[in-house]
Amino acid sequence: MLSLITDIALTHIAGRGRQTLVSILGVALGVGFSIAMAALMQGSQDEFVTSLIDALPHVDITDEYRDPPRQPADLVFDLAAYSNLRPREDTRGILNATEAMTALRAFVDGNAVASLKVQAVARAGGAETGITLTGTDPAREALISSFDEDMRKGKLEDLRASPFGIVIGDKLADKLTIDIGDTVVVSSTGDITRRFKVTGLFHTGVVAQDNAYGLVNLKAAQIIAGRPNAVNEIRVRLNDAQSARDVAAQIERLIGYKSVSWQEANESLLEAFFIRNIIMFTVVGAILLVAGFGIFNIVSIITHEKSRDIAILKSLGFAERDIRLIFLSEGLAMGLAGSLLGWALGFGLTKVLSSVKFEIEQATEITHLPVTFDLMHYGVAASFAIIAAATAGYLPARKASRLNPVDIIRGAT
Amino acid sequence: MSKLEAAPVISAHGMTRILPGTVPVTLVKDIDLEIGHGEFVAITGPSGSGKSSLLYLLGLLDVPTEGAVHINGAPTEDLDADERAHLRLETLGFVFQFHFLLPEFTTLDNITIPMRRLGKRSRKEMDERAQELLDALGMGDQAHKRPDQLSGGQRQRVAVARALANDPAVILADEPTGSLDSKSTEQVFSILKDIVDKEGRTVVAVTHDIDLAERMYRRVHLIDGRIDSDVTIKSGKR
Repeated sequence: MLSLITDIALTHIAGRGRQTLVSILGVALGVGFSIAMAALMQGSQDEFVTSLIDALPHVDITDEYRDPPRQPADLVFDLAAYSNLRPREDTRGILNATEAMTALRAFVDGNAVASLKVQAVARAGGAETGITLTGTDPAREALISSFDEDMRKGKLEDLRASPFGIVIGDKLADKLTIDIGDTVVVSSTGDITRRFKVTGLFHTGVVAQDNAYGLVNLKAAQIIAGRPNAVNEIRVRLNDAQSARDVAAQIERLIGYKSVSWQEANESLLEAFFIRNIIMFTVVGAILLVAGFGIFNIVSIITHEKSRDIAILKSLGFAERDIRLIFLSEGLAMGLAGSLLGWALGFGLTKVLSSVKFEIEQATEITHLPVTFDLMHYGVAASFAIIAAATAGYLPARKASRLNPVDIIRGAT
Repeated sequence: MSKLEAAPVISAHGMTRILPGTVPVTLVKDIDLEIGHGEFVAITGPSGSGKSSLLYLLGLLDVPTEGAVHINGAPTEDLDADERAHLRLETLGFVFQFHFLLPEFTTLDNITIPMRRLGKRSRKEMDERAQELLDALGMGDQAHKRPDQLSGGQRQRVAVARALANDPAVILADEPTGSLDSKSTEQVFSILKDIVDKEGRTVVAVTHDIDLAERMYRRVHLIDGRIDSDVTIKSGKR
């Protein structure tokens, strides 16, 4: 029975070979382009997120609290109103940093480094620029950030041998017209000045870092800041970057300081990606809707042309369901063929795109188009196409099945 | 004679069919008709007298506005479209003025289509039966031709073979020879006659050809949608 229905359906679409081919191609192009576009968008997103994960600590613990400290009046009275209240100047910094580090080591799957971040001014010759200095432990730094891999000249660990060594971004070095081995004068906001020797240059590709960032030994930073033993940041790198949200929340519960996961730090960016994905799926849906119209068109033409056949099949004893099935399977067959062809097309397009190479000298450098191969893209595009094809086939099929054979037979005689 | 065969194979009871519309058109009115096994019935009448309408109603292609059609004594008014379709598949065979063969399929395939829909035989048996039917109608060597490679008379014979495919009790024919030349008309008529005489089936044929009608065993004459006369010359199931 089913073979009979597919036989009839296939004869119908074979009888309109060229139009069928055009419709199938329409679906194939829709599916193929959707897959290529999804691969590209997903690829660029993945690459961006990866570089984000690499460049930033997965969890960043700073010497801040999410809520301001409670005022004594709050603790005593249910309702307290006060104005122009200024809290006592707190000593900034993470208190008991060593304790906190020990606690982290106990439950965090990854590495952490305690560091001191200081705003300072760097001078060399006549040039002067504001920089962010991070005082850190070079050995541990290598474990939690990618500076070690991004070194263009010198090594990160060279810092250990020179107490007042500094590693800076290559753009910053250009700005100050200094190179490895040269001296740079660094002054803190507290007006403490020291001379640092450049022991290395890095290039991360992130402009903000390459332009105004320097790494020094923790002790040196503490001296510049005039805050012996102070630490104001603990950076954590997790073995599983995706667990950062949970870990950050856990740390914050444990030690009280504000702990920001990379996801939270880039919330707006990830939101933008989400919106971008919605836009992508809308466009994919629209493409396949257009392809669906092609199928609707041809199945409608066939039902119209074959109204005599429909009449005779019904008079022979075919049920409405049989007629519906015939034309529905015509739409489905085209959707299926189009999807398969589209898979091949999408795969080929993705391959071609991934081999395109170009260079841009800005931000994070992309030397080839990033593409991600994800079977889900293939599944989504094909299901969209098949749903569109089934709908496009069903509408004329339903109309055809309701056709009254007597009307056709009378019309013919 | 079994109980089943005692009942008329098709009967109409007070059957009226009115086409709805701003000006309703009455196609047939107050038809009471019993057709038994082995009858060879001609439905005659002037154009517009409701001959074809009556045939479609008897063949469950159309549904009466009033009254009922019984097949083998069983009422059909409570059946839905798909159930009526199934009853047609099993017990009725249609032949129209135009052959209505599916143009993409061979002669043999056209005949197996109703059998495949019913699905009571294996593919091999279906092909064998289709070939037997073609042989019996003198078309044995045309099995693998397409309809457009056949003459009008040959196509109509294939259409008859297709109507016989599922071994129906009744063949309903609407002007089966209406578009054929006299030689083909004679061939198709003798086939229909054989179906009655040799196989004991019932054939009901609408025709405006008086010569043919006079050679059939019963003549139902319609005027303005009513039965004007109903003459039996030779009764079925002797």
